[in-house]
Formats: sequence, C-alpha cells, structure tokens
Amino acid sequence: MSRSVKKGPFVESRLLGRVQTMNKKSEKKVVKTWSRASVIFPDFIGHTVAVYNGRKHIPVYVTENMVGHRLGEFSPTRTFRGHGKHTERSTALK
Amino acid sequence: MARIAGIDIPREKRVEIALTYIYGIGLPTSQKILVQANVNPDTRVRDLTEEQVNRLREIIDRRYKVEGDLRREVAMNIKRLIEIGSYRGLRHRRNLPARGQRTKTNARQRRGPKKTVGVRRKATK
Repeated sequence: MSRSVKKGPFVESRLLGRVQTMNKKSEKKVVKTWSRASVIFPDFIGHTVAVYNGRKHIPVYVTENMVGHRLGEFSPTRTFRGHGKHTERSTALK
Repeated sequence: MARIAGIDIPREKRVEIALTYIYGIGLPTSQKILVQANVNPDTRVRDLTEEQVNRLREIIDRRYKVEGDLRREVAMNIKRLIEIGSYRGLRHRRNLPARGQRTKTNARQRRGPKKTVGVRRKATK
C-alpha cells in the first residue's frame, strides 16, 4: 500500500529543518544523517548529505535528478568482494 | 498490408492479437484501442478495411507512445538511474534484478543462462 498523499513525502523533520536554515543563511555544510528513508526534497539540491550506511557516513552530493528518491539509495550498505577466488586455503587439502 | 506505427505488419491474426505485436501495446491496451475505433476485435487483419486501419493508426499515433519513442524513454530512465549513482542504477549496471528480488537462485531472465562457477582444484599429479 502506498503512502497517503495527505501526509506528503516522508522526511526526517530535523534534517529538513537543518537544510532549510542552511538555505536561508546560504551556507553549505555537510549534514550527517542516519535517516536513509528520507525522501530528497528540492531544497536539498546543491547540498552534500552524509548518509549512514551502517558503518560510516557516505557523502552524497544532491543533484536535481535525485529529487524524489530516498537518501539510502545513494549509500550502498553491502560490499561485494566477488565469489570463488583462488586462495591458498580453498585449493589446499582437496 | 497493414502498416501501423512504423514497421509492424502482423497479418492473418485477429486484430486484437495483431496489435500486441507493436512494442508498447499489450492485450488490454489493444482492446481499449479497438473499442475506441469501433472495430470488432475478432476480425482478421487482412479483412480490415482501409478506413478501419486508418482509424487504428490515428488512435495509436496520437494517444500512445510506442516502438522507438517508448524504447528511448525506457532507456533514458535507466540511464538516469545509472548516472545519479542510485542503488537501482548500480543493479542495472551489473545486469542484476533492481527490485530486491533474490539472487541466490532464479533471476535467470536478468542474468542469462547459468554459468557454473566454482573453486577448481589444483591439477593433481
């Protein structure tokens, strides 16, 4: 089921507030956030948001195209190192 | 010859089905078009009158995005996802399913035929 239109898209209010005050003062600072589920608002354009991926904050520079996506989409949580490499251990003792 | 939306010339089939040979038109869309054009969906394409074909062509040209245009739009959408560096773009880049499906098994449509990988043992004497 999709989200009720009445509520509008979800953003962590603290994050939006921070960005908006930065916009008013027209300054640019990296905002750290854990709120990966927050939707990117047009206000965010041009800012860099550091999105937590479970290990560290990944800096995401927000462009116009990203509006409407969620912050978490730009901060991958998994590192894939490949399958089936030839290691000493896997090839020995067989 | 029935040429609708560029190159598609499905003949010998019922119009309802023939229209689905156009990229971007499935059975439901096809049925909607036929209602709009007031054409019996059971007539064969070869039996259509010139006037009926024209009506179909007009409806499709005006209201639907098909074939090349549609393909371009889809490709653009995917390109956008890749360019903004989103997770879905990443999955497209690697030809893996983009909507959270499992990949332990299945996902064959996306990943193509099975290629077995395994750790091979060292050549023995």
